Amino acid sequence: MGHANALKDDLTALEALQFLTTIHSRPCSKERMEAALRRMGVFHRRKLPVRMLSQGQRRRVALARLALEEKPGFWVLDEPFDALDDAGLALVQELFVENARRGGTVLFTSHIRVQPEGLPLLELMLQGTRAA
Amino acid sequence: MSPMMAILARDLRLASRRPAEALLPVVFFVVAASLFPLGGGPEAATLKQIAPGIVWVCALLSSMLSLNSMYGSDYADGSLEQMLISQLSGVELAAAKCIAHWLMTGVPLLLVSPLLGLLFGLSWDSIGLMAFGLLLGTPILSLMGGMGAALTLGLRNSAVLILLIVLPLCIPVLIFGAGAVTAAESGLSPDGHFYLLGAMFLLSCLGAPVATAAALRISV
Repeated sequence: MGHANALKDDLTALEALQFLTTIHSRPCSKERMEAALRRMGVFHRRKLPVRMLSQGQRRRVALARLALEEKPGFWVLDEPFDALDDAGLALVQELFVENARRGGTVLFTSHIRVQPEGLPLLELMLQGTRAA
Repeated sequence: MSPMMAILARDLRLASRRPAEALLPVVFFVVAASLFPLGGGPEAATLKQIAPGIVWVCALLSSMLSLNSMYGSDYADGSLEQMLISQLSGVELAAAKCIAHWLMTGVPLLLVSPLLGLLFGLSWDSIGLMAFGLLLGTPILSLMGGMGAALTLGLRNSAVLILLIVLPLCIPVLIFGAGAVTAAESGLSPDGHFYLLGAMFLLSCLGAPVATAAALRISV
């Protein structure tokens, strides 16, 4: 997942999520997508066009893709905590933990220090062009 | 739904949510073509002679209008990146985008062209030939245009650059498309023109999506 949310302004949150899951060949039923949006706390906004959502809400819709994953995966995320409040941070870390428990790995960049509970975390601090 | 169909459906849905923007090329087509009788004098014989050329040039320019946004908005909000890293091949993505562009721009132009034919006083036979030529030619414009859009993605002045890249490539389409109608009106057979248009259509179907995919990988 990139830094940009990849959500089209004119699509509803549900339609945008559906598009992303389809092109990544992870077809989901509407119920599962709604459940993921509910988990991310944006269920009440699912029928609104994306341009009417706040930055934090858009990030949550984009991250809902992670809540739909059921297999262990290798996730590469660029600044996933951007625009999220504390509740959002906790939610994303929960998703990381679940993925790790399934056997997956998460590689992410962040300017916020996080410590997901009980997970081995390898931190790379980059200074200039070398890892310090 | 396959990823390719998903992209096509999404683009059509987005266009339907902004109908004014989607119909801009068609409006431009009609307005631009209507300017010629006003500027060049209403003499019927002259108009009838230059009508195919005018309609084709205006169709060409109208198709180019919506090219900028073909990949531009997806590039800006990160959707293009997601589409490229998915299992979808670049060629399928390019093909889906070109088909969407043709359905949104080429088909409306095609449907409106008989009106312009009547405006210029063309006979129904000529209108039919012109429409058939546009049926073959507008997909070529969408395919070539997609290639130009992918090449100029993210550059400044991309709108002008697209025109400079794509228009020269589309000159043969213009020549044979308009030439078919002119030939028929002079009593010659338009078949040769249509065969060549068909060949160009096949060539662009095979070549343009591949070139577009390569260009997208460079630009993103």
